[in-house]
Amino acid sequence: MSLLEIENLSLTIGNTQILRDVGLSVASGEVMGLVGESGSGKSMTALTVMQLLPWAARATGRVTFDGIDILAASEDQMCALRGDDIGMVFQEPMTALNPVKTIGEQVAEGIRWHTKASRADAEDRARKMLDRVGLPAANFPLSRYPHELSGGQRQRVVIAIACALKPKLLIADEPTTALDVVLQAQILDLLRDLVAENRMGLLLISHDLAVVTEMADRITILRHGEVMEAGDTARTLSEQLHPYTRQLAQASMHVPARAEAHNAGSGKPLLQVESVTRDYPGPRTSLFRHSAPTRAVDDVSFSMAPGQSVALVGRSGCGKSTLARMILALDKSTAGTIRFRGETVTGKSEAELKPARRDMQVVFQDPYGSFDPRQKVEKLVAEPLHVLEKKPAPAERREMVAHALHEVGLSPRDMDKYPHEFSGGQRQRLSIARAIITRPKLVVADEPVSALDVSIRAQILDLFAELNQKLGIAYLFITHDLTVARAITDEVMVMHDGRIVERGRTSEVLDHPQSEAAKALVAAAPDLHRAIARRLQEEG
Amino acid sequence: MTLHFDIPEETLASILAKAFTNRSFLTGFVITALVAAVAIVSYIWTPYDVTKLVIADKTQGPSLAHWFGTDHFGRDILSMIMVGARNSIAVALVAVGIGMGVGVPLGAFAAARGGIADEALMRLNDLVFAFPALLSAIMITAIFGPGAINAIIAIGIFNIPVFARVARAGALAIWPREFILAARAAGKGATLITIEHILPNIATLLLVQGTIQFALGILAEAGLSYVGLGAQPPMPSWGRMLFDAQTRMVVAPWMALFPGMAIVVTVLGLNLLGDGIADILDPKSRRQR
Amino acid sequence: MTAYLLKRLTIALVTLVLASMVVFAVLEVIPGDPARLMLGMNASADQVELLRNQMGLNAPLALRYLHWAAGLLSLDFGRSYTYSVPVIDLVRERIIVSLPLALIALVLSTVIAIPVGLFSASRRGRAGDTIAMGAAQFGVAVPNFWFALMLIYLFAVWLRLVPAGGFPGWSAGVWPALKSLLLPAIALALPQAAILARVARSALIEVLHEDYIRTARAKGMPYRAVLWRHALRNAMIPVLTILGLQFAFLLAGTIIIENVFYLPGLGRLVFQAINQRDLIVVEGVVMLLVAAVIAVNLVVDLSYAIVDPRLRSRQ
Repeated sequence: MSLLEIENLSLTIGNTQILRDVGLSVASGEVMGLVGESGSGKSMTALTVMQLLPWAARATGRVTFDGIDILAASEDQMCALRGDDIGMVFQEPMTALNPVKTIGEQVAEGIRWHTKASRADAEDRARKMLDRVGLPAANFPLSRYPHELSGGQRQRVVIAIACALKPKLLIADEPTTALDVVLQAQILDLLRDLVAENRMGLLLISHDLAVVTEMADRITILRHGEVMEAGDTARTLSEQLHPYTRQLAQASMHVPARAEAHNAGSGKPLLQVESVTRDYPGPRTSLFRHSAPTRAVDDVSFSMAPGQSVALVGRSGCGKSTLARMILALDKSTAGTIRFRGETVTGKSEAELKPARRDMQVVFQDPYGSFDPRQKVEKLVAEPLHVLEKKPAPAERREMVAHALHEVGLSPRDMDKYPHEFSGGQRQRLSIARAIITRPKLVVADEPVSALDVSIRAQILDLFAELNQKLGIAYLFITHDLTVARAITDEVMVMHDGRIVERGRTSEVLDHPQSEAAKALVAAAPDLHRAIARRLQEEG
Repeated sequence: MTLHFDIPEETLASILAKAFTNRSFLTGFVITALVAAVAIVSYIWTPYDVTKLVIADKTQGPSLAHWFGTDHFGRDILSMIMVGARNSIAVALVAVGIGMGVGVPLGAFAAARGGIADEALMRLNDLVFAFPALLSAIMITAIFGPGAINAIIAIGIFNIPVFARVARAGALAIWPREFILAARAAGKGATLITIEHILPNIATLLLVQGTIQFALGILAEAGLSYVGLGAQPPMPSWGRMLFDAQTRMVVAPWMALFPGMAIVVTVLGLNLLGDGIADILDPKSRRQR
Repeated sequence: MTAYLLKRLTIALVTLVLASMVVFAVLEVIPGDPARLMLGMNASADQVELLRNQMGLNAPLALRYLHWAAGLLSLDFGRSYTYSVPVIDLVRERIIVSLPLALIALVLSTVIAIPVGLFSASRRGRAGDTIAMGAAQFGVAVPNFWFALMLIYLFAVWLRLVPAGGFPGWSAGVWPALKSLLLPAIALALPQAAILARVARSALIEVLHEDYIRTARAKGMPYRAVLWRHALRNAMIPVLTILGLQFAFLLAGTIIIENVFYLPGLGRLVFQAINQRDLIVVEGVVMLLVAAVIAVNLVVDLSYAIVDPRLRSRQ
C-alpha cells in the first residue's frame, strides 16, 4: 500500500485540459521523480495533491493519501494534512518567505498551528529544525529576516518549514531550479538525508532529467498532461523504450556537431581584457558614508581569438555577468582596459563606440524579456542597424531582416508579427537573428539556453554551432551549466569571487579540473550519463 | 517607490474586443461621452439663456418647464449645469495636460539619468506635494485674485509631481529589462531609448493615471469655485452653484441637489473609465492614487 | 535603521526649508509691494511707506527671509495687519477647531475603510464585495462639501438632530463641541474612507497572489488565518502611503468644510485674511499647514520602517 496513490487523475482549468488520466504512486521512504517539460502539468499534479489549485480547476479521478480521499476531503481536513503530514517546497526561494516576518516565526508558525505547542516550545523545535537544515544558531538566529539570507539559505528555511513536523510526504516542485549547481547539489543532499532519516516519501518534480536520475528511485515522465512512461529510474533511462523518453534523454546530452575547434593564437586577438576590475559602492551606513565597496570583478585578464568559442562558467554572483556587461560597454569598469580588435573600448563615449558595437552583439537569457512587446519583429531585429554608418533604406532593411530570420530558421513572413506570437525557442531564434544582423565578429551570450526546455535547448545549441561555423562568429558563452559549456565551446574559463581561477581547453578543464572552484562546479554538476551508470551499478 | 507590472502583449483588435465586454469601461465611456456631449451641445443650444435673469421665476422647484428647477435669479438650473460642464471639463483637462506635459518628461528624464538628477526631482516632488492643490490655490489667489485660470494653474501644478512619479516609477520598472540592454548594445542613447521603448510601454499607466487626475481635477475645481477661488460669476460653474445653494437649503434644496449630482456622475464616469482601461490593458497593474 | 531615519529626517527638513522659501517668495517677492497690496490702491504713499517700515520690508531680501524664518522657529508668525494681534494668537484660537476636526475625520475614515477593505478582499467577487466596492466607487466620486450640504439638509434641516453649523466653543463642554464637529467630520471622512477602502482591498488582493501566501497555505493554515497573519501586514505599506497623502487632503478639506458649517477654524481664518488682504496671516497659516503635511509624511516614512524590516537594515 503506497503512501500517495494517484489514479486516473484528470484536471481542467476553465476549458483547458491540464491533466489526462495521470497515475503515479509514492511509498514511504521512496523518491518518485516527476519529469516533464514546461506545460506538461507537473506542478498542477503537485497542487492537486495539496488541494491548492486555482479556483477554476476541476479534478476527477482518485487521489489517496494515507487512506484519505484527497479529492473528497473538506478544506478543514486538508488544513490538518498540509504542513503536518504533507509538506511542500517551491521553486522560487526569493519570494517564498514572508518578508516582514522572521525566519523563526515562519518555521514555528506551522508547528504551533498543528501541535498547539507554546511559543517557547515551538521556537525550540524551530531552532532544532533550522540547525538540521544547515542554518546554525550562531549565524542564523531565529530573529533573522528573509532578506538577510541568500537564495540557497532561504530555500533551506522553506525546507525547514515543510519538514518541521516530520511529514510523511514531501512534495518538492523544482526546488533547485533557481539555484546554481553547487547550491543545487547541497539542497539535493539535504533532501536525500531528510528522506532517509524520517522515512519520508518524496515527490520530486523537475525538468532536469539528470537531477531526477540522481535522486529518484522511480520516475514518471509527463508530457502534455499525460504519463508517457513510468518505472524504475535506472531501467527506464537505460532502456529508453518509449520514444519520448529517448528524445528527452538525447536532448539532455546533446552535443552539436562541430568541426575542429579554432586555435587560439592564430593572428591578432579579437578581444583583450587587461586587469579589469569593477567595484560597486557598498550600502550607505550613514548620510555621507558608504561601507566598503564590493568587488564584483577583480583584476581579470584574458584574450580571445577571432572565431573562437569560449565559455565563462561560475556560480551565481561570481561576477561573470558583470564582466560580460563591461565587455559589451554596458557597464563601466573601475580599472583596467578592454580592447576590441585592438581598439580600446573602455572610457569611450557612445559615439566613439559605434564601430565596436557594430561587431559586438549580445543574446540574453530570458526569451520573454528581451523584446519590446510594443514593437514588431522587423523593428526589433533591425535595432542593431542603428550603429551602421549608412542607415539602410526601408526596403533594404526589410531585406536584411528577412535574411537574418532565414539564417536562424524563421520565415521572413514573421517580420510583421509581435514577439508574443512566438514560443520561447522561437524568441531565442529572434534574439540570435538580432545579434547577427550586423555580421558581428563577437557575440556575448548570457545564459542563452538556460530558460529553455531541453529539446528546444538542443536545437538552439545546434543553431549557435552552425552560425559559428558559417559566419565565423566568436562566442563568449556565460553559463553556470557545464553541459552547455561542453557542448559548444573550445575553451572554458572558470570564474570565482570575481577572479578567473582556471582556463583551458573545455574537455581538459571539465574532465580534470585543477582549482577548487572548478572541482566544486564539476562535482556538483548533474550528469545524466554518470547518474545512470551509478544507478545501474548500485542495482547491480 | 518601485513598481512592477506586466507589459500587456496585445493587438489593438483584441484590446477593443475586451473593451466591449468590460462593464466598467462601457459604463464609464458612455457617461463620459454623455457629459462631453452635453458640454458641446451647450455651445449651440441650452433650454434657457443662462445670462438672462428672470426674477419672476426665481427658486422654482423642478417642473416640466424647468426640469431641475430655477435658482435665486430665476435661471434654469439644467441650462446652468450644461454650461458649467464646459468649465469643469476645460479646467480639469488643461490641468491634466499641464501635469502630463511637464511631469512625464521630468519623470522619464529622472529615471533615465538616475543619480543627482533623480534625487533632485524626487525632492522637488516632495516640495510640491507639501502644498495640496487648495493651498496653492489659496496662495495664488491671495496674490493674483480668483479666477478659472488660477484654478487651472493651482490644479495643474499639483498634477505635475503625480505624473512625474508615475512616469518615473514606470520607467524604472522598464529600464532594467533585457530589451533595453539590447537597445543599448545597439548603440542607442538614453533619449532615443526613452522615446522608442520607455514611453510606449508606460503609455497605459499614464492613460489610467490621466483619467484619475481628470476626475480629481473636476472635484478640485468644484471645491475651488465653491469657496470662490475658481471661475467667477456670471460664468456658471458647478461649485459656484453649490455655494449659492448653501444659504437657500431650506427653501430650494434642488439648487444643491442637481449640480452635486452632475459632479458625482461625471467623476464616477471618469473613474469607471479609468478602472476599465486598467482592467483591459493590464489586469495586474498597480494603480497609483 | 539609523541611516534610514536620518535620511528621511533630512529630507523632511530640506523640504520644510524649501517650502518656507517658496511661501516667502510667493507672498513677499513676486507680487511687487505687499504693503501696497495689503492697503489697496487708494492708500497714500506715506501710509504704504509706514507699513513697509513696520513690516521690515526695506531690509535686504535674504535678511528678511532669515528674520522671518527665525521668527517661525520661535512660533512668531508676525502681527496680523487687520487684527493687530500676533498671528500665532489667531492660529491658536482656530487650531483647536481644525485639528480635532481633521483628526476625527482621519480616525473615522481609517476605522471604516480598513474593515471594509478586509471584508471585500476576503470575499472577492462575491455579492458583499460587489456591493461594498460599488458604494466605494460612488463615495470616491462625491465632493465632500456637497456631501456636507446633503447631510445638513438631512440631519439639520429635515430631522433637526444636530445644528446646521457654528461652533459653541470647547468652553461650552466637550459634548456640544464634539456634536457640532460630528457632521463635518463625517462629510470629510466618508469620501476619504471610500478611497482608502479601495486601496486596502487591492493591496490585500495583490499580496494574496504572492508566493509566500502559498507557503503559508502549505503549512496548513486556513485562508482567513493567512489573510490576518501574513497578508495584512504586507498590505499595510500601500495603505500607509495613502493615509499620509490623505492627511494633506483632509487638511485642505477642513478649509472648505469649515466654510460649509461656519466653523471658526483655520480655513475661515484664511478666507477672511484673503478678503482683507492680510497676507501675513495667509503666509502663517499656509506655512503651518505645509509643516503639518511634511510632518505627517515623515511619520508615514518612519512607520514604513516599523512595518517593513527590509527598510530597517538597508539605507
